[in-house]
This record gives sequence, C-alpha cells and structure tokens, in this order.
Amino acid sequence: MSVAASSLPLARPGSFAAGFAWAFSRDLTLSMRHPGETLLVVAFFVLVATLFPLGVGADPQLLARIGPGVIWVCALLAAFLSLPALFAGDYTDGCLEQMMLSPHPMPGWASGKIAAHWVASGLPLTVLSPLLGLQYGLDAGTLGTLAVALLLGTPILSLLGAACSALTLGARGGGVLLALLALPLFVPVLIFGAGAADAQAAGLSPAPHLSLLGAGLILAVMGLPFAACTAIRIALD
Amino acid sequence: MSLIEGRGLACTRGFATLFRDVSFRVGAGEWLAVRGPNGSGKTTLLRCAAGLSRADKGEFTREGALLYGGHLPGIKDDLTTQENLEGALSLRGVDVEASAVADALARAGLERRRHLPARRLSAGQRRRIGLARLMLDPAPIWVLDEPLTALDDEGQQLFAHLLSRHLDRGGVALLATHHDLAPRPARELRMGA
Repeated sequence: MSVAASSLPLARPGSFAAGFAWAFSRDLTLSMRHPGETLLVVAFFVLVATLFPLGVGADPQLLARIGPGVIWVCALLAAFLSLPALFAGDYTDGCLEQMMLSPHPMPGWASGKIAAHWVASGLPLTVLSPLLGLQYGLDAGTLGTLAVALLLGTPILSLLGAACSALTLGARGGGVLLALLALPLFVPVLIFGAGAADAQAAGLSPAPHLSLLGAGLILAVMGLPFAACTAIRIALD
Repeated sequence: MSLIEGRGLACTRGFATLFRDVSFRVGAGEWLAVRGPNGSGKTTLLRCAAGLSRADKGEFTREGALLYGGHLPGIKDDLTTQENLEGALSLRGVDVEASAVADALARAGLERRRHLPARRLSAGQRRRIGLARLMLDPAPIWVLDEPLTALDDEGQQLFAHLLSRHLDRGGVALLATHHDLAPRPARELRMGA
C-alpha cells in the first residue's frame, strides 16, 4: 500500500462538477475540431427558414403571421439533426463505458455532454434567429421575444433529445426511431415557444408563455439527465 | 488490501445460459486468468465484475478502485494521442504532470505519435495508449479483456512487465486472455466447461 502511494498519483474522488466540466470541455473541443457538424445545423436552419418566404410569396402580412412558427419549426428540426450523434459516438468507441466507470456520478458528465450539445447547436440557432426573423418583417419586440423563447426552449430540446437519444443507443435504425420518439415530445416546447412570439406580435404579453417555458426548462434540467443516465445504463448492460 | 471476489455468479442472455455458479477470489498481488473458448461468457463475466452489466445471480465484492479495459479502446479519433491519454486520466480524477505523461507515452513507444490524431494510429498503437494508461492510473484492481490483442511481441512484454509491477505493489488483476503471461496467474477460471 505504501509503495503504491509513494510511486503513483492518488486519484481524486469524483464529483458532479468535475464530471460536468470534463464532459463539457471535451465535447466542445471535439465539436471545435469538427466544426462541420455545428455549421451543418446552422446552415440547415438558415436555408430552410429562407426557403419559406421564397415559397409562400412576399405578402408582408402573411410572412409576419407565420414567421415565429416557421422559425421555431426550423430551429426544432435543426436541433434534432445533431441529436443522433450525442451519445452514439461515445457508445461505439467505448468512451461511454469509461465514463460510466469513472468516479464521477453519471448525471454530472451526462449533463456536461448535454450542455455542450446545446452550446454547439441551440445557442447558435438562438443567436441567429433575430436575423432570420427580419426576413419575415417581424418587429423589434417580436424578434426579441422570439430570441428569448428560443433561449429558454432550445435547452429543453437538447435535454429531451438527449434522453431519447440515449434510449435509442444500440438500436437498429436509431435515427428514424429517434425522430419518432423525440419529435412528438418537442410539441409543447414548440407551442409555447411560437406562442410567446405570436402573443407579442398580437400586442399581448408573452410573459405567460415564457414563464411556462422557463418552468419546463427547470423541470427538464432536474429530471431528464437522470432519465438519460438510466437509458445509458440499460444500453451498456 | 485490494481484492475482488465473486460468489455464485450466474448470467443468462435471452434463452442462453452463459455461466452458472461461478465463484472466484483474487487477493493482493494475484491475478486470475479467465480462459475459455469464444462465446463462453468471458467478456460478460468481466463486464459484470467491472459493474457495467448486472449478473442475474450472485454478488461481487470489490475493495479498491477499478480500472476496466474492454474490447473497445475508449479512444477518440479526433483527439491526439496525448489528449486521449490525459483525458482518460482526468476522467478518473488522476492528476499527473506533463512530464509523467510524456514519459509514459515514450515507454509505450508512442513518443513520435504524441501529437497525431488517434485516427492515424494503428490498432496496436491504440492499444499502447491503454498501456500508457496502465502505467499512470493508480487503481489497484485491473479488469482487462484480451489486453494483448493487436500488440506485437515487444508490446506484450511491456504488458507483462507492467502486470508484474502492478502485482508487486499489491494490485489485483482479472484478465481474459488466450496467451501465457510471464507472471503466472494465481488461479485459472475455466469458462464454458
């Protein structure tokens, strides 16, 4: 025992914060090495949101009416694009096993991975949304509400998507299965998110919608990492 | 004292019984060889011992931190050799100095590959990252599945050397292997008999 202690470093006990920090910084490093994935999500978002005004014609009233909803649907689909790879890469190369056997509690590193996913997908979408909103002739107040709603809503998408993504680990046709699982669960987020901007555009207060989104985010942060962990444990068994 | 012990283990997958009533005990300074034909449940036993899978019956006692090395190397293609090693160590809460990392990589024969992305390494070189990890991780219990796969003669000797050093320190190892190793196993566990 004394020999081991003198010649080898001692391992620190694991903690939630250390696991979170490890996974967050590693996944961000990986996504910076491969910016293609993030750029793909952003390009998809910009392209699809630009196709709508071209397709439905240049009627300003119609565009202002459908703008928030269309931008939300585009953001939702774009955020979905990078979900299948969230845990699948670590599952196939064995990193997930090593994370599970690390001294850190599972929800720590799982939350870190989810947070990194949001920073690489949800955050750029949120930042770009006011710019895209301009194409629909949305006024400044609506643009702001849209961005705030996306800021609250896209983390919920990442969290929900992560739990679904973990459930489809190891399943054949995981991508399609993931779409069937996750997209219906995204519906409440879409309704309240688009509803906030709609309310603002109609001259009503967006506060109720935003409060509901915020409440949903708190619930998602508290519960969904644990759900993802359970699914990962089942997948590795 | 480090120790790993399994009592009355049984595991079924679907309708197939992989093993039944398997018991073993490995104490400080000993290693147990898990042997048996392909498909006899060696990997499953090791995954149960590491805590990744659950055995249907029986229980494990583990005293000390555990280091698991499975079939999958746990290496990210986009990170360099050194980043992979440092990442694996910091995940386990092991702080090592940069010089120790460089030294371990040199001993594992990866000195000139330190800053290459892991996608450009051969299968054996990937295994050698695992060897460098064994040098630096203080975990007293090793559970390794076919640790000699894809390693050349020199790599196998290095592994044998690391194993005997680990055992001298009072470590414990549970290895599934088809090879004979220089430190003789204290016991053998025959699977699928």
